[in-house]
Amino acid sequence: MPSAARSATLRDAIGLGVAVGLYGAAFGAAAVAAGLNVWQTMTLSLLMFTGASQFALVGVLGAGGSALAAVGSALLLGTRNTVYGVRLVPLLRPRGVRRVAAAHWVIDETTAMSLAAPDRELGRLAFLATGATIYLGWNAMTVVGALGAAALSGTARAALDAVVPAAFLALLWPRLRRSFPEAAVQRRVAAGGAVVALALTPFVPAGVQVIAAVVAVALAGRPRPGARPTAQEEMP
Amino acid sequence: MTGTALWAAVLAGGLGCYLLKLAGLSVPAAWVEQPWVARVVDFVPAALLAALVAVQAATSGNHLVLDGRLVGLAVAAVALALRAPFVVVLVLAGAAGALAHVLGG
Repeated sequence: MPSAARSATLRDAIGLGVAVGLYGAAFGAAAVAAGLNVWQTMTLSLLMFTGASQFALVGVLGAGGSALAAVGSALLLGTRNTVYGVRLVPLLRPRGVRRVAAAHWVIDETTAMSLAAPDRELGRLAFLATGATIYLGWNAMTVVGALGAAALSGTARAALDAVVPAAFLALLWPRLRRSFPEAAVQRRVAAGGAVVALALTPFVPAGVQVIAAVVAVALAGRPRPGARPTAQEEMP
Repeated sequence: MTGTALWAAVLAGGLGCYLLKLAGLSVPAAWVEQPWVARVVDFVPAALLAALVAVQAATSGNHLVLDGRLVGLAVAAVALALRAPFVVVLVLAGAAGALAHVLGG
């Protein structure tokens, strides 16, 4: 394997680790602002280790939602990691203990970096390097954010309140881009999800409207008649 | 909410999310690659993330609320459209939310 390709992979992994670390600080602060203590916040980052689900869990709890609604929205967002795992099996071919360990690092970033690598060996390196740097950065910065949250003034708190929805929007955005498969359907589903959630907000306990928003998949997720079939549907 | 209930949410959510990851490396690919499963999993994040954007930006408890968070969200959308890096988007949104808070009193 050319060493230039190796170092490029490692450089990308470290860059991603630093960027995700800053997001981890925002998570730590948001979790404490939502009412979790520092230990609970750290446990979430160590054990759950998937950013969107973690933000969803503390977002629902912070809005006064039940533990069930909070866990439900975290799990629904976590289902995409199952699909990532399936895509990573041919690359990682994990067995036994290594499968149990590798599973913990199956997230958006490690999957994207591994699948983008030009060959299998670099793909495995990308998975391990990205997983390690993000795991370290995410957990270290979670602690920093959680400890810093207590010191936040009113203005810093307002900044944090604005960062959380912006973070969800940033996670959503790639799915709405024209280059994403079936971007038009993704946009309809996203618009439907937002409308359903806002419409239900006055009437249901906090957090339930987020889970209820998945009905938008059934309402808006059908392919239009005559639309181009997806890759999955083209398979025999 | 009690500390025990919070711990239950943290541990159950963490364990559940881990098992979802492990399932991907463990179940036969054919299960997950059923067309309807693939479609649901493809689209659930869009619905859920959009719902979270809306709820986190424009509600408080059972009320719809318009405040500085929406200003931050609008700034974030512009930054994303201009392909700003993730961290820049968050910093700009935070700055806009803080500014709106200061100006709005």
